[in-house]
Amino acid sequence: MKLSYFPGCTLKNKAADLDRYARLCAEALGVTLEEIEEWQCCGGVFTTSTDEVATKLASVRALADAKKQGRPLVSVCSACHNVIKQTNHAMQTNAEFADKVNRYMAPESYDGSAEVVHYLEMLRDIVGLDKLAAAVKNPLKGKKIAAYYGCLLLRPGSVMAMDDPENPRIMEDIITAIGAEPVIYPYRNECCGGYVVMESPELAGKMSKKVTQSAHEKGADLIVTACPLCRYNLVKNGSDTPVVYFTELLAQALGLKEGEDE
Amino acid sequence: MSNPMENVREEIIRRSGVDPKKCMRCGKCSGTCPAYDEMEYHPHQFVYMVESGDIEPLMKSESVYRCLTCFACVERCPRGVEPAKLIEAVRLEVIRASGANHMTPDHVPALLDDEIPQQALVSAFRKYTK
Repeated sequence: MKLSYFPGCTLKNKAADLDRYARLCAEALGVTLEEIEEWQCCGGVFTTSTDEVATKLASVRALADAKKQGRPLVSVCSACHNVIKQTNHAMQTNAEFADKVNRYMAPESYDGSAEVVHYLEMLRDIVGLDKLAAAVKNPLKGKKIAAYYGCLLLRPGSVMAMDDPENPRIMEDIITAIGAEPVIYPYRNECCGGYVVMESPELAGKMSKKVTQSAHEKGADLIVTACPLCRYNLVKNGSDTPVVYFTELLAQALGLKEGEDE
Repeated sequence: MSNPMENVREEIIRRSGVDPKKCMRCGKCSGTCPAYDEMEYHPHQFVYMVESGDIEPLMKSESVYRCLTCFACVERCPRGVEPAKLIEAVRLEVIRASGANHMTPDHVPALLDDEIPQQALVSAFRKYTK
């Protein structure tokens, strides 16, 4: 099965492992992620202001491309997924915004009907957790894994609609499917400090510390995340627990990352 | 109605899509805000100060740059007020003025290290620059 894929700027640079293992694991599970042509950076954050149009066009073009191919649009980076999904929602619900966008898109147009899927949702809803569990070659038995959601994957819950925004389980279910033990901890859906690290590293430091201490206190051996900026903030601020991309953990379980550890 | 801030108030409300009158002042937005300690004005204050037209202090405050847009306040508001969208609309009112960018490329080299993801830079520029 082929799905359209939006990697985003960071997965082409600092988060190359997030991208590489996402593609490898998807192939092993029978899904080819086909990168859309000439994609442009999503901008990292969705501007909520209803009169911002130009900053959302890169997402609309990616959505229109996937729609033309008749495929769902998959991203791995939490930020890309958040921006693209919120943009698609605005196209569906705000006629004035959609009209302005389509003046830029002319002679083509886009109607908001592409399906936006995060890689985690692809594992749960398209591949299926049973098939994932059956593909595991190296079950991570006894390993206690803390899933870190942060803010972008889940909120706003009414738009992102991935899971219960206050008590998510999608990553925990995937962790269970690959044979490890999920660790539930209080700060798993609180913000790491995000881009404010550029403005106030102290604020990002305090927030990231709360997250990693919370996971550490609940006995996690490892923290996994889908977001390059979350990973950066958590690692930068001295996490006692190693922090890796969830695709790395997945690759390890699927036997695609052997001999590369340590 | 000739007060120029009245126009700004209308514009901020229109742009944000938020109706501050829905607020019942329970304070949950500020209670859940992870940047609370760093803000001079807190999310609930943005809501009632925009509602009452007391907007200049908000525009002059660094608080507009401390909001993480993490949507904790949006998710947890029992009245669906969405304070983060109002804070964003106030910030845009500030940085859309000529020469008012909060971050310029000249700031960036000093903020870089070998690990910082591109995502941090593009996000900060989108939030702080027009």
